[in-house]
Formats: sequence, structure tokens, C-alpha cells
Amino acid sequence: MQGKLYNALFASGIALILTCLMVGIKLDTEGTQLAIKGATTQQWLWIGLGIGLVFLSQIFSDQIDSAFSKVPKPQLSKLLPEEKKMSVLKPWLIALLVVVMLIWPFMVSRGSVDLATLALIYIMLGLGLNIVVGLAGLLDLGFVAFYAVGAYTYALLSEYFGMSFWACLPISAGLAALFGFVLGFPVLRLRGDYLAIVTLGFGEIIRILLNNWTAVTGGPNGISGIAKPTLFGLEFSRRAKEEGNIPFHEFFGIDYSSSYKVIFLYLIAVILTIFVIYVINRLIRMPVGRAWEALREDEIACRSLGLNRTVIKLSAFTLGASTAGFAGAFFAARQGFISPESFIFIESAIILAIVVLGGMGSQVGVILAAIIMTILPELAREFSEYRMLLFGLLMVIMMRWRPQGLVPMKRPHLELNR
Amino acid sequence: MSEFSLYLLQQLINGLTIGSTYALIAIGYTMVYGIIGMINFAHGEIYMIGSYVAFIVIAGLLGMGLVSLPIILIVALIVAVVISSTYGWTVERVAYRPLRGSNRLIPLISAIGMSIFLQNFVGISQGYRDVALPPQVVGGWTFGDPSVFEVTVSYMQLMIWAATLITMTALTLFISRSRMGRACRACSEDLGMTNLLGIDTNKIIALTFIVGAALAAIAGLLLGLYYGVVNPFVGFIAGLKAFTAAVLGGIGSIPGAMLGGLVLGVTEAMTAAFFPSEYKDVVAFGLLVLILLFRPSGLLGKPEVEKV
Repeated sequence: MQGKLYNALFASGIALILTCLMVGIKLDTEGTQLAIKGATTQQWLWIGLGIGLVFLSQIFSDQIDSAFSKVPKPQLSKLLPEEKKMSVLKPWLIALLVVVMLIWPFMVSRGSVDLATLALIYIMLGLGLNIVVGLAGLLDLGFVAFYAVGAYTYALLSEYFGMSFWACLPISAGLAALFGFVLGFPVLRLRGDYLAIVTLGFGEIIRILLNNWTAVTGGPNGISGIAKPTLFGLEFSRRAKEEGNIPFHEFFGIDYSSSYKVIFLYLIAVILTIFVIYVINRLIRMPVGRAWEALREDEIACRSLGLNRTVIKLSAFTLGASTAGFAGAFFAARQGFISPESFIFIESAIILAIVVLGGMGSQVGVILAAIIMTILPELAREFSEYRMLLFGLLMVIMMRWRPQGLVPMKRPHLELNR
Repeated sequence: MSEFSLYLLQQLINGLTIGSTYALIAIGYTMVYGIIGMINFAHGEIYMIGSYVAFIVIAGLLGMGLVSLPIILIVALIVAVVISSTYGWTVERVAYRPLRGSNRLIPLISAIGMSIFLQNFVGISQGYRDVALPPQVVGGWTFGDPSVFEVTVSYMQLMIWAATLITMTALTLFISRSRMGRACRACSEDLGMTNLLGIDTNKIIALTFIVGAALAAIAGLLLGLYYGVVNPFVGFIAGLKAFTAAVLGGIGSIPGAMLGGLVLGVTEAMTAAFFPSEYKDVVAFGLLVLILLFRPSGLLGKPEVEKV
């Protein structure tokens, strides 16, 4: 008991040192001089409360630990029906889900459809990064750079050459893949954490270039008025922008409504996401997908079995980048405006958090996490000031509590029933 | 001397100044990496906190009517070192120690989370805006022909050089002579074996975090005074630069971090002489990529042997 009391006093002392200056005193400018002012009573109350909490949690650490160990860890896999039933049910469930996703937007408000579109963009990004981080085990902290490449490719091609969204989509993905290839070629020979920093630096370089190459990218002002996607040449605006084009509502003889455009963008996002999920699902089952995972588990064993690690890593890196380019082109089309502000490091960190939270390598988990990460900030609007603070804390807590993620990855395998 | 060479000399002086502070921060990265093989991503934030604490103390002492600059600076230094070290220790205890021994991506992600947390913690408590401190150490020493180009070495720059030199000497003596320093070197050679020989490796790891944070706090005070401005996001880019410096010199090697910091600082200043200054960050990262390509072990590092 005495040891515990000592521990608790020590921890509260540390907490006091940490908070007294940084929270208790606030810097303030008075004219040209810098001055300080004490915190309000309320802030001191918070500091006292925090220190008290630390003290109590140390005193009762055993009780808290035992209480936590009684809390059951979520066993999501148990919720699913048995393997045999599952294989029969699965196609039906997926078909049902797709139908619901297609009908759903016609019944709800515009705002929620817009939010769902954003969630779908993050799903695509998460799935792309999942190939790199989750499957191949390469930590990429500059993933947002490829997203930016995709977005700017579409924006610039549409601005300077008037190319359509559908033509630009593969070009964006291809160009992002090319960037991934060119960056990956030299750096993929590096060890894991070096790679993290180099990709982080690369992300910053792309952002700085976009910010300063004003003649082409518009610098910090970005590019606005990017053309929206069309449905076989039908535009979704009130009047056709180009001569000879007929807007969607006139073609079908219905009244104009701005929500058509939102729903149309959502449906494009659904189709793109399904495409991405399908392709990645196939890839995982191909030899190259198996090689990614093998390389993640043990690089030396892989090399001694004759796998070329550079080719395997490069393929993961390039494919991940092309997915980001895909999502980027769609993002530019949806926003109609892009600027380097949208492609800062925090964005990379959010995508990484989606992958980690969902469970590295697990597609279902990543999709789930992307939905949670987009909807949660909307629900917690009043805490928006504390959003990033809680986000950082969540990453640390997740790593301590459940490093394998919400829905840990399950390998495709067969079990023999004797 | 011609105008151009004088201009280059001025850039060299500026580069050495910035480079020596990079070196101070880089040592924190290199020591932690040398012992537990992990990138302490939140280290840049410790530097930022050091800057803030120094500003608070300086502003507070000036507000109380104290005029003696050396006393103000020394008090600010001590308080900044103590508080930053406490932050460094706490980060290690809370976010890294429970994860030791797991997959190497896991502590790194936890560190990124910690970095975002600290940035926003300071942002919420102190505001996200720039905080400016009027220059405290003024004046300088000029030479060269006033009609051509005047090279200035400000007293602030001299102070940074002197402080860096003293700190580096003290650190080198600590690592090479003291018992704790010997334990540190042993840990970086073989952590498991050191533990078997009866050294509390957890204590040594905590010590490296504390020493690294103290050096970052010194850099925070110096750079804070030099630039006169601090905001919650200065740690991110400074941390990135310092990590580049550590890799440049050979990560895990303390003299390497010192050399890498100086080389990076001078390279940046020289680029700023020829290109728009926005591109100096691009050069820093480009340099990192080149070094990793052609000499992955850095300037003074030992090539790593992979053991199966």
C-alpha cells in the first residue's frame, strides 16, 4: 500500500509539472510586448481534476485493471454464422447490401448523401493504403501525395484541355501509379522506418511544389470551377455549359433539382468503390498478393525462397498509389475546387488511422473504420475544437488496447473437419 | 573579397547557426534509435514545448520587472529543460514502453498519435496563432566593406554556437566518461545482454528520452529567441529536418548527428542563396533521399548487418 501511495504521489507530481505552465499560464501579446496571464479558475479546476484523476487511478490501479479485464473484448467473428452457412449466404448478403446502397440516397436528405460520398472516398483511400501498409507492411506516411497527384491531374487536364472526368479517371490513376513507381524504385530498398520518413518528406515536397508553382497549379489559391462528371454527355447543371449539350433534367423531361447531382456523384462513388474492392480482392488471392503478405511476415525467408522483394514491394506501392489517384480524381470532381490545403500531412495520418483502426490488412475492417472516421466528427460537432486532440489520443489508445484493429484480418483458409 | 563571396560567407554563418540547432534536436532521435531502434516521432513536439516554456518564463520574468538578461535566460533554460524532460519521460512511459517488443510499426503509429496529441494540446491551451517575442539578444559584430556587402555575426548567433558547443562537449563527456553513459553505450550495442548483466535497461531507455528532450528544449529556447516566433506546428517540420540530419550523419551515432545537423543547415542556407527560400525544404528532403540511396548508413554510421 505504501508503494502504491508513493507511486500515486509521484504520478500526480509529474502531472502537475506537465500541466502547471502549459495549461495554467497563457501567453498573450500586449502591444509589442509578450505578457502572460494566469488561467481562469475553471482551467485550474480542470488541472486539479486531472491530477486527482491520475492520483486515484494509480491508487486503485489493481481494481481498475481487474475491472477492465472483465470487460469482454469484441469478438466480431463470433457474430458471423458458420462457415458453411456463410458461403451460401454471402452472395445474397452482398447483393442486398449493393441494392440498399443504390436505393438509399433517394430517401434521405442531401447532406447525408454528401457525407456518404465523402465516406466512400475515404474507403477508397483506406483500401489503397491497406495494400501498402496492411498487406505489404510498408509504412507510407506520404500517401496523400498520390491523392494530390490524382486530384491535380484531373483538375489540370479539365482546365487546360477540357478533358472529361471519365477520360481522366484512368489517366489520374496511371499518373499516380507512375509517381509511386518513380518514388518507390529507389526507396523501397530501405528499411521500414526509413521508408516512412522518406515518404513523409515526399508528401511535403509535393505539397510545397503545388503551393509554389503558381503558374500552373494556382499556388495556394488552388484550382476552382473543375468540371463535374457527366452521364454519357448529360450535364447535371440547370443550363448546359457547352453549346449543344442538354442538361440531364431536360433530356428526361423532369423538373430540375440540385439533389440529382449529389445523388449522381454518390452513385459514381459507389461504383468506383465496388470496382476498387473487387480488384483488390482478386489481387489478394493472386500470387502477388500472397507474396505481399509473405514479405510482410518475414523478408529474409522470402528472399531465400527466391522472391524478388523489390518487384513485390514496388507492385504494392504502385497499386496503392493508383488507388489514391483514382480517389483523388473523384475528389476533385466532387469538390469542384482543390488547393494544397486539402493535402496536408494530417490527411495522411487520418488515412493511416483508418487502416490501423480497422485492422491492418482487413478489408471489412478498413471499410468500417472509414465510415466511423467520417461520421464520428459530424456527430461530435460541438467537440470540433478537441477533434484532433481526441484523434491523436485514440491512435495511442488503440495501439495499447487493440493493436490488431477492430476487425483483425482473417487469412483465406480451409479447415479440415475430421 | 567580392560581393558574392561575402554573401556566401553570410549564408555559411546563418547555415551553421541553424545547423547547430538541428544537431541538438537530431541527437534525441539518434540516441533513441540507437538503443530501441524506433523513430520517436513526437520528438519535434518536445522541442516545440521547450520553446513555449521558454517564452512563458521569459515573458513572466520580464513582466515581473527583472532586467538582467543572463539571469532571465538561465532561469528560462532550466525551467524549459525540466518541463520538456518531464514530457519526454511521460511520452516514453505512456505511449512507448507498454508497446515494446511488438511489431515495429506499432510504436511508430503510437508515436504519430502522440505527436498529433501534443500539437493540439498546446494549440488548445496556448492558442494556434503565432506568438511573437521581441528580440532579447540584440546587436552584432559586422565586418566587410560597407559599400560592397556587410557580413553580420549577431550576438544571438554567437550565443547559439557557444551554447551548442558547451552542450555537445558536456554530452560527449557524459556518454564517454560517466557510469550512466557507459550503460547507454552498452544498451545500444546489445540491449538484451546489458539487461542480463544487471543493468536496469528500462531506466537507461528512460534516461535517453530525458537527455534527448533536454537537448531539444535547449534548441527550443535558442531557436525561439533566434526566430522570435513560435506556434504549435513548428515542431513538425523541425523534427523532420532533425531526423534528416540524424540519418545524414548515420542514425545511432552521436557525432554523426552533430555533423549531419551542420551539413544540413549549411546546405539549406546555400540553397536559399540561389533559389527561392520556399524550396529549401525540398532540398532537405531531396538530400535525405540521395543519402539513403547512395550511403544508407549515413556519413559516420556503421553499415548494418542483418542477423537471422
